[in-house]
Amino acid sequence: MTDAAIAEGSLLYLDNVHRSFDGFKAINGLSLVLAPGEMRAIIGPNGAGKTTMMDIITGKTRPDSGDVLFEGRVDLTRHDEAEIAIMGIGRKFQKPTVFESHTVADNLELALRAKRGPFSTLVHKTTRAEYQRIDEILATIRLTERRSWLAANLSHGQKQWLEIGMLLAQEPKLLLVDEPVAGMTDDETAETAILLRKIAETQSVVVVEHDMTFVRDLGVKVTVLHEGSVLAEGSLDVVSSNPKVIEVYLGR
Amino acid sequence: MITHFILNGLDRRAGIVVALLVAIAILVPVLNLVVPPSSPFHVPGYTLALFGKYLCYALLALSLDLVWGYCGILSLGHGAFFALGGYAMGMYLMRQIGPRGVYGDPVLPDFMVFLNYQELPWFWHGFDMFWFAAIMVVVVPGLLAFVFGWFAFRSRVTGVYLSIITQAMTFALLLAFFRNDMGLGGNNGLTDFKDILGFNVQSAETRSGLFAATALSLALSFWICSSVVRSKAGKVLIAVRDAESRTRFIGYRVEHYKLFVWTLSAMMAGVAGALYVPQVGIINPSEFDPANSIEAVIWVAVGGRGTLIGPIIGAVLVNFGKTWFTAALPEVWLFALGALFVLVTLFLPKGIVGTVQLAAASWRERRAAAPAAVALDPKPAE
Ligand SMILES: Nc1ncnc2c1ncn2[C@@H]1O[C@H](COP(=O)(O)OP(=O)(O)OP(=O)(O)O)[C@@H](O)[C@H]1O
Ligand SMILES: [Mg+2]
Repeated sequence: MTDAAIAEGSLLYLDNVHRSFDGFKAINGLSLVLAPGEMRAIIGPNGAGKTTMMDIITGKTRPDSGDVLFEGRVDLTRHDEAEIAIMGIGRKFQKPTVFESHTVADNLELALRAKRGPFSTLVHKTTRAEYQRIDEILATIRLTERRSWLAANLSHGQKQWLEIGMLLAQEPKLLLVDEPVAGMTDDETAETAILLRKIAETQSVVVVEHDMTFVRDLGVKVTVLHEGSVLAEGSLDVVSSNPKVIEVYLGR
Repeated sequence: MITHFILNGLDRRAGIVVALLVAIAILVPVLNLVVPPSSPFHVPGYTLALFGKYLCYALLALSLDLVWGYCGILSLGHGAFFALGGYAMGMYLMRQIGPRGVYGDPVLPDFMVFLNYQELPWFWHGFDMFWFAAIMVVVVPGLLAFVFGWFAFRSRVTGVYLSIITQAMTFALLLAFFRNDMGLGGNNGLTDFKDILGFNVQSAETRSGLFAATALSLALSFWICSSVVRSKAGKVLIAVRDAESRTRFIGYRVEHYKLFVWTLSAMMAGVAGALYVPQVGIINPSEFDPANSIEAVIWVAVGGRGTLIGPIIGAVLVNFGKTWFTAALPEVWLFALGALFVLVTLFLPKGIVGTVQLAAASWRERRAAAPAAVALDPKPAE
């Protein structure tokens, strides 16, 4: 297939992307194609460029060169964070960031898919459908009991879940999830894998994670990043038997 | 939709504040005009004028809190919007003098005759009409804020850098308004006012009317602010304050929200300035002094930023203290103000109102938790 044909049918298409910070090549010739509906796990050592890749996709960081296309046609490098979010790319951060002085329910309400302009939100009245959706999400992320708590008072794991709930509320086409199980207990980690697999039934998901048990639980295609480009790609068994991968990542 | 916005702002607490301000707007003038001076309930004209001034400061503080307390934009130049509103009102008051000036020119204010102006500068036209001046009171500060904010927020200038350029803005205006060829009275500013809407600005009745207008403006602004901060847009503003970049990533154009609230706030500050000028009888470039803007920040910090009643209480209390100090121990005032700021920052980071709220909340929690501590969900330790 030609590059154009590959891009055409993809949800996310990165081709030969470069980005350096003060001469340090954080992303160095990165290419990656995600099919619609696909779930992908991304692993790689610290500093491999996983978060920077998400920054580039979501408009936080501009690449120095290379193509970044969404749904085969939208050039993401020409849009800012808010526009990209509205197009349908949602993101969970490595360090959980929720709105601490808002309640759990308000955090979800802010994320709910709705008009985003100041004059729309100024006169907005929460509809019954929206309350129902918030209740559903609260049940999914097991925070029903905490709905009127300030987000600041949640535990670390609960904040991670709330952030995933906010992603759900946005109803994005593509979810980028950066280290969702960092700081979670084993039980919570297993629950999160189940939750993400459920989300992946309807939406495309890219998950960055170091936790190998978790990646195994997901059971999806894995991409290994190293020094800003793809080192290996395939099922977890295939990549984890790859000698290069063992050397830079798993073997340490 | 709109009614939801308007009514949502008036919850019980905001309703009490608005009702109180309306009561003050009626009661104080009555106690001044109707109750005879011999009565212990009489409010002397001096006190009325003083508190009228405090209420203008309170409105300025409220406008500052809307951007600082709710959206995290620390403006060190809000005095500029206040002064611009004041100048717009001052220009109207100058035009009302008409031929009664010292030089008796039917159109030109005294300072223009003195500076050999042949005709009225273009931007003075229209200010002979109250409605036009009243519109300019909000349009001029609003426009400056919009243009300033458009550039600053789009280029994502935040934090200390933004504070510094707001300070630079008011300083630049200070220098500009000092110049005679600005056509706004230079160093001396605008003064010697005679009438407002046909009433003598010096008369007790007019002064009472201005006091009432100020209290009512404060009540209305409080209501508007309350509606804004309680709406979904208000929640977005708080989200921007606490985690700006996160807000962008869920699809909100942060710069639009900042621009909206910044412009609204500047307009409110302009109204405060416009009400201030006829009550103090003068507007000159010193109102642009960066120190004034910093003082306003102190009022808000003392009263409690991020609460709407806090800045009002802070502005009135600090200025009351200032009046007392400058009469009793004038040399000490600046030191007292500085010390107050340091003490509040160190010991009451949430200001008076924020601290009272915290204490009340923890008291309620303890009372609720005491009998049934086991039944309640334990708070996560963090
Ligand atoms: N804005 C920036 N300015 C300077 N350097 C940056 C910036 N963003 C990322 N880097 C650098 O790029 C490299 C890749 O960082 P990145 O955060 O993408 O790694 P990662 O794969 O997410 O690592 P981790 O597993 O630790 O999260 C790091 O060396 C980092 O210091
Ligand atoms: Mg990372």
